[in-house]
Amino acid sequence: MNSSRFEITRRTALLTSAAIAANVANPLRAFAQETPRKGGVFNVHYGAEQRQLNPSLQASTGVYIIGGKIQENLVDLDAKGQPVGVLAESWEATPDGKTITFKLRKGITWHDGKPFTSEDVAFTAMNMWKKILNYGSTLQLFLTAVDTPDPQTAIFRYERPMPLNLLLRALPDLGYVSAKHIYESGDIRQNPANLAPVGTGPFKFVKYERGQYIIAERNADYWRPNAPYLDRIVWKVITDRAAAAAQMEAGELHYSPFSGLTISDMARLGKDKRFIVSTKGNEGNARTNTLEFNVRRKELSDVKVRRAIAHAINVPFFIENFLGDFAKIGTGPIPSTSTDFYPGADTPQYPYDKAKAAALLDEAGYKRAAGGTRFSLKLLPAPWGEDISLWSTFIQQSLGEVGIAVEIVRNDGGGFLKQVYDEHAFDLATGWHQYRNDPAVSTTVWYRSGQPKGAPWTNQWGWDDAKIDKIIDDAATEVDPAKRKALYADFVREANTELPVWMPIEQIFVTVITAKARNHSNTPRWGSSSWHDLWLSS
Amino acid sequence: MRILSLAGRRLAASIPTLFLILIGVFLLLQLAPGDTVDAMMAQMGGGDAATARELRRFYGLDVSVPVQLANYLWRLVRLDLGFSAIYGKPVASVILERLPPTLLLMTSALSFAFFFGLVFGVIAARGVNRWPDTLISTVGLIFYATPSFWFGLMAIVVFSIYLQWLPAGGFEDIGTVSTGLWRVLDIASHLVLPSLTLGLIFLAIYLRIMRASMLEVLNLDFIRTARAKGLDETRIITRHVLRNALLPMVTLIGLQAGTMLGGSVVVETVFSLPGLGRLAYESVVQRDLNTLLGIVFVSALLVIAVNFITDLLYARLDPRITAEN
Repeated sequence: MNSSRFEITRRTALLTSAAIAANVANPLRAFAQETPRKGGVFNVHYGAEQRQLNPSLQASTGVYIIGGKIQENLVDLDAKGQPVGVLAESWEATPDGKTITFKLRKGITWHDGKPFTSEDVAFTAMNMWKKILNYGSTLQLFLTAVDTPDPQTAIFRYERPMPLNLLLRALPDLGYVSAKHIYESGDIRQNPANLAPVGTGPFKFVKYERGQYIIAERNADYWRPNAPYLDRIVWKVITDRAAAAAQMEAGELHYSPFSGLTISDMARLGKDKRFIVSTKGNEGNARTNTLEFNVRRKELSDVKVRRAIAHAINVPFFIENFLGDFAKIGTGPIPSTSTDFYPGADTPQYPYDKAKAAALLDEAGYKRAAGGTRFSLKLLPAPWGEDISLWSTFIQQSLGEVGIAVEIVRNDGGGFLKQVYDEHAFDLATGWHQYRNDPAVSTTVWYRSGQPKGAPWTNQWGWDDAKIDKIIDDAATEVDPAKRKALYADFVREANTELPVWMPIEQIFVTVITAKARNHSNTPRWGSSSWHDLWLSS
Repeated sequence: MRILSLAGRRLAASIPTLFLILIGVFLLLQLAPGDTVDAMMAQMGGGDAATARELRRFYGLDVSVPVQLANYLWRLVRLDLGFSAIYGKPVASVILERLPPTLLLMTSALSFAFFFGLVFGVIAARGVNRWPDTLISTVGLIFYATPSFWFGLMAIVVFSIYLQWLPAGGFEDIGTVSTGLWRVLDIASHLVLPSLTLGLIFLAIYLRIMRASMLEVLNLDFIRTARAKGLDETRIITRHVLRNALLPMVTLIGLQAGTMLGGSVVVETVFSLPGLGRLAYESVVQRDLNTLLGIVFVSALLVIAVNFITDLLYARLDPRITAEN
């Protein structure tokens, strides 16, 4: 709660960004080949407690950081960002894209000793992914049935073609399996296992003390040979970012995931040999800073005004002075970390040009009035991070210079979502768009019309464009990977031309971890992954 | 007993107040934009409309506000605090889990502040306008002016990071399972820094009050009489001045018990203590009405109880209060 009081000044930001830069260049300090050591307790910073811990029911890093060690997914991403089987051994799709078959690994048991079978996969897919899981319910909308001809085979049947690539890139986040025998009776949301998860993963749940800590211990019967190395993982609930940094320094914490510390503390610890501060291992959690235009507002319904606003803001200056090397210039809704879909920067871009911004505004018919102001706008920043707060102030000042007066209205999380995505009580809004490995998972909903009112992180700006809608719909069911990629390039070009949302900054979460950790940050979603190979050197 | 009936009457008068507070908080929270489902979506970092609709039904947010309020009050009359949205358990058991750390922290911080405030207040008053007084008053003012979160963080930097004498946070050591006396010592070591942080600010207030009230009593006629009859200074202070000067201090304890519950939000956050203050903050952010109202209810009960004890203490200190007229 106190983090807001530690908001850094521009001066400290300038100083610290240089330090961050020095450290990012060489994130993993070289170490000689060592023999993995068994044992040890790994203490993890847990900043925001969730209402439950089961990743089959809630897709968020706050759940994966714990549940992802206890429960496992069908598929995860390997070091190169390609899908690799976990509970599934292999998969294939029929040419029409309507049937996808997973072969499951043999001899896996749940932590309570019962065998893991295709029944569990079918139950989870139909009752959790399709009905409860956020984003899962969109992804699996056309899933009609999961057949289980034998305990090692699960056949997913879809009403409309499901691109295999989309499914495989979505399943690392949206494909965690829960045990049927635990969830089949009673209300799934009220099941006690939601707070005491039972899985097949390398660590077994031990204890959850709300507001204090969660403990999991080594699963001796884990299916991967010689894994895991750690004896225990302890997640400590620490809501104050500065206090968490102090505990890192006192040696009471080993790892603070997902940019859990303040920018200035991350820079400070980066200079300390005992810690590694880096964006590596978070490439799968790319996000972009947004500027959302409510096109119901007459001025903002004119594309010239939206483009003028983009031209008026000096993004490279902002990144260099406030965010340092943890951020870079964004070129559209698909970030450059997406090896499969990034279309390059060869789409309409809006470089800083104050004169052009002024000219566009004049052209649109909004001349400077007597006081130098053309019109005023209300900007709602999301409360998720320091960067959004700094960014909103930067927008305010930049637009002031071209004659647009901006009033910033701050809210807490619930208030922000309500006002922007339900009541539409904003002119401009800014927050994060999270890219989840495939544009169809959580990106195209920012542009597709017809989103139900009140759905957060979707097109609530009143944007309705038949051309964009058609590209989005075609791409979602296109089974040929090359054609899909081309469609998404068209999508980015169209989105950048019309600019209902501007996504000018790309960021990756920052990890702060003890230099004693080995085999860490070795996959694009390492913080969420199972940590079966993580070990601590003595 | 006159004092008992007096205190009893005040106790009875606080019940309507309690209900007014609860209704006030309930309506105030309705003014905050967003409900517990919005807050949950914010925390998840993503979600779709179907999920949101399903959750609203699950948390029973589909009835109107007056109906929700009436339901709540009716449950409260039957001493049922309801179900917590964030914790998925009855509010009463959530609060019971969180109550011990807060009570421990509050008691130790209050005792610390009261005891040292009294001692330093007396020293300052006896050496009024000379160096002990100036020193104590200046240091007291610095403590009073410093924000508690900064104090807490500095204490962590000095005692946990550099000296490594005390733990940086938490309520007890998770690594080792200790029992009996060792557990008591372990918890005590975790509470030293938070109690000092919370206590130091209040220490400054107690110190100033004690000093002022000592000076006032020292100038009264009966003290001159005591001096005139040849009592030594120490005896005058302990027998005559102190007892009379304590009344405002006791009043202050009653008033500040409530403030301390609120003040502990910051300290509990900095030291990662699982107390009521943090629970309250979390339930506001999460728009968990039941839990928040439950905390207001329990806090109000605590304040009423402390004030009741204060009333009884007055009678001990000043026999005139109990005297029948």
